[in-house]
Amino acid sequence: MSNKFFQPDRSKYPSMKDDGTLDVDLSSQKYTKIWLGPNHPGVTGNMAVEMTLGGDEIVQAKTHVGYLHRGFEKLIERRLFVQGFPTSIRMCVAEPDTNEYLIARSTEELSGLTDRVPEMAEWLRTLALEMARLQGLLRGVPGQAGTYSLGIGVQWGVYLRDLILDRFEELTGARVYHMYIIPGGVRGLLPSGFKRRMEDNLTDIDDFIVRIRKLIFHNSVFKSRAVGSAVIPKEWIDKFGIVGTNARASGVKRDVRKDNPYLKYSELDFDPPTATDGDVYSRTWVRWQELVQTVDLIRQIMAKMPEKGDIRGDMPNALHWKIPKGETYVKLESGRGEYGMYYVTDGSSKPRRVNLRGPSYTHAIAVLEKMLINTNIADVHATMVSLQTCPPEIER
Amino acid sequence: MKQQTRNNKRINIITMNIKDILTPFTAWSKVVQDPVTIKDPLTREAAPRYRGFHKNDIDMCIGCGTCEDICENQAIDMVPVEGVETKSGDSGLRPRIDYGRCCWCALCVDICTTNSLNLTNEYTWVDADPEVFIYTPGVDKKSWDDKEDGWQKPVPNYHFYGQKRVHMGELHADERKDSFIEFVKGYSKEQAEMEADRCVSCGICTATCPAHMGIPEYIAAVRNDDMEEGMRILYETNPLPEICGRICTHKCEDVCSVGVNGDALSIRWLKRYIADQIPADVEKYNEILYTKDIKKNDKKIAVIGSGPAGLSAAYYLGLLGYSVTIFEKLPEAGGMMRYGIPSYRLPYDQIDKDVDYILSIGVDIKYNVNIGTDITLQQLNDDYDAVYAGTGLHLGRSTRIPGSDHKNVYQSVDLLRDIVTGAPVPVEKKIVVIGGGNVAMDITRSMARLQMEKYGEVNVIATALEDEEHMPADREEIVEAREEGCDVIPAYGPQEVIIKDDKVIGLKVWKCLSIFDETGFNPKFDESDERIFEGDMVIESIGQGMDLSYLSEDIKAKMEFGPRGRILVNEDWQAKGLPWLFIGGDIIEGPDVIHGIANGHRGAMSIDEFLNQGR
Repeated sequence: MSNKFFQPDRSKYPSMKDDGTLDVDLSSQKYTKIWLGPNHPGVTGNMAVEMTLGGDEIVQAKTHVGYLHRGFEKLIERRLFVQGFPTSIRMCVAEPDTNEYLIARSTEELSGLTDRVPEMAEWLRTLALEMARLQGLLRGVPGQAGTYSLGIGVQWGVYLRDLILDRFEELTGARVYHMYIIPGGVRGLLPSGFKRRMEDNLTDIDDFIVRIRKLIFHNSVFKSRAVGSAVIPKEWIDKFGIVGTNARASGVKRDVRKDNPYLKYSELDFDPPTATDGDVYSRTWVRWQELVQTVDLIRQIMAKMPEKGDIRGDMPNALHWKIPKGETYVKLESGRGEYGMYYVTDGSSKPRRVNLRGPSYTHAIAVLEKMLINTNIADVHATMVSLQTCPPEIER
Repeated sequence: MKQQTRNNKRINIITMNIKDILTPFTAWSKVVQDPVTIKDPLTREAAPRYRGFHKNDIDMCIGCGTCEDICENQAIDMVPVEGVETKSGDSGLRPRIDYGRCCWCALCVDICTTNSLNLTNEYTWVDADPEVFIYTPGVDKKSWDDKEDGWQKPVPNYHFYGQKRVHMGELHADERKDSFIEFVKGYSKEQAEMEADRCVSCGICTATCPAHMGIPEYIAAVRNDDMEEGMRILYETNPLPEICGRICTHKCEDVCSVGVNGDALSIRWLKRYIADQIPADVEKYNEILYTKDIKKNDKKIAVIGSGPAGLSAAYYLGLLGYSVTIFEKLPEAGGMMRYGIPSYRLPYDQIDKDVDYILSIGVDIKYNVNIGTDITLQQLNDDYDAVYAGTGLHLGRSTRIPGSDHKNVYQSVDLLRDIVTGAPVPVEKKIVVIGGGNVAMDITRSMARLQMEKYGEVNVIATALEDEEHMPADREEIVEAREEGCDVIPAYGPQEVIIKDDKVIGLKVWKCLSIFDETGFNPKFDESDERIFEGDMVIESIGQGMDLSYLSEDIKAKMEFGPRGRILVNEDWQAKGLPWLFIGGDIIEGPDVIHGIANGHRGAMSIDEFLNQGR
């Protein structure tokens, strides 16, 4: 385990060959080949990590994806523009609303109708995306401790997440797959009393924020496991294209909401939190700060958004909507980092190409297999969760 | 690799102390708090907007099937259900939901044209039988049918198709009331495409249209800016698109599903738009409609009358290769379309455009031929393989009230015909028109124009038995007549044409309380509410009758007649008793243009079948 009191002597194995590659001879019986997954390793979705162990340390790791391909992009390419969003949300379960927004925004952009999206809808979209981030963080922050078997925080978080899902339920009509952001706008105004109930929930979350800080960040077990574990050096950031909290925890302030503001983010006051060490502890700490910030952002949104307004602009008939030939890349800052969609239209009533590019494509495939080397097998889940790997967005 | 090992040693940045051992124990404070779990999750009420199970008001639903079209999972099938009949404006089908496919996105609710389909917020349903999860909401009774809460179409201003009709420009009343030039201007390309975009392609209109025109298809052609394809679709069922695009009674628009919660599609104007885009060049028409080289057969058909039915029958028979000759009593083709409809509604060049193309495919027409005098029906039977008669309703009907036999009491059909032929038309300073239908409005507005020309002012009163709401004329006709200065006064029944010194001085009317009772037409009046509409001439426009004088006595003897002298025909439009004589147009159905076109087409098919029996 990566703690300061116990550091194994790895100088003896595996030995290095003359050409610099590792001398891993499985027939020597010094090594064990073991597969993690493909069934939800580290509770993140179906993928597999093929590991070669020397003792309980990983000497080689290879990530495998291909267990979760559902062909959602192709399904969307065979549907009308307005039919895409119910399928898109399945591409990332953790924050489904991000997919809805990307589909809607791409459709509006290529139709040249972005200015028809009403102000009210822009605010409601911002609110939905921040609520999605909040429910993700309520799972993700304590979930990191959960990977070290500290389950109590997860239970607190899941309860509060359920309260946010209650708010989603009354705003959007559904708890998990909201299907709320639609090309042209959104599908409902705030129900009466929503702001008051949301404020009650945020007050509870304020209390949770304090408690979880004490529970996790002032916790000898968590510290001994997380500090110094799975470090992302700053120089990796650009090399691998690392984004989001993973990049910010290594000292690179990279946030689409700030760098390329969309929706109403330019009217909100916030500064993305950063850390310097790039280890599991730092990443969790950055996410905890982001939790604080998201609560604040939701309060700001509710204070600044207008009371009334149209929720959807005049759009072409949903059944005959055709979009001229064109292509676009639309992106947003999801809880895991820059989340984008490449969208091509060819003048017909269906998209020619839909390609989702999520941060896990880098984080979970390339970065993960590099980081696992010399990690204790007990830390693999924690490493995956700390990278916020999300296989559904890798394969779609 | 070694670098990685070194990384693990950079760990002492955050120091550890005794607090890190003790602080986590603060979590124990939660032990004394109440649990947050829901005690009985099965009875938990979902949010009012929750997307649960479907319900459908099947009386409100018209079976348009837009829910089926928008469903991205193909979870909805439109199925016939017991107790719901197919009728005009209702497909008779209702949506059946397959919960093995549904993803509860509620797009079906958002697009529903009638707002009959909703999702309730009921969300638990357990059954051992998997088949029950395919059900027809509203038909298969469910416990949530009466629930009010659930997903409904969002408000405000949330629509999946345009609600407002694109207005077609027209001349202002001041500009048009002294002129017979066409006052409805037609759509621009942009306007037509915007209007066409509103269509949900349900096809309810197709079922109602007497000619069953491919309306969603030609509207799609407008959207795709493919006028030639549009023309081909129009001509499949209707060879008079310029005419129909202007004066059709548009029964399609009355049942348009978009019109249930918005303005109905301007189907008629879109048809006109397509036809207007093709220049009046028969060569071009022949090219677009692939009618350059029609293979002729050796059969000859005579068509009596060049109204909509005659032209329609002639066109479709011509397409089949028959040699068709139309016999027209008047000097030009078109029948009532030319001699009954004023040119401000239907310009003559547009009639010519449609007729010229029909003649260009090889149809022959003989003008000024009066069947019965110039040539007998029997002669036609001898010279031709079959005869089609679409002779229309060209005789006016009189109210037969006292004074109606005065020479200054006219029939609207006669005056309308005289306006077209150029015969002298009497125009008095004050005119009273009896009738509330489209023909009454036509003569009212025509006489108003003539008054403007002659006297510089309009003084026409049109009076109808029906009240404002039930007047048979198209609403826009009444509105436009009033805009042009005519006085349309509903709910008064004519009692007497008042004559003084052998001059008509007015019309006595009583308030009409009801028109029909259990015995049929039997108007009831309030005699105390009597009015005199001043007028120097009275025009009767209460309907038309047929002129069957071309049928000789011996032919009549072989035929069968129904009530009010109607010719009885079989389902193939053959006159009962005379297999070679086919009947169509207003004397059978309608009266209107689109019925004539429809039965002309069917008559042509029947003639083809009749002549090819045994082949």
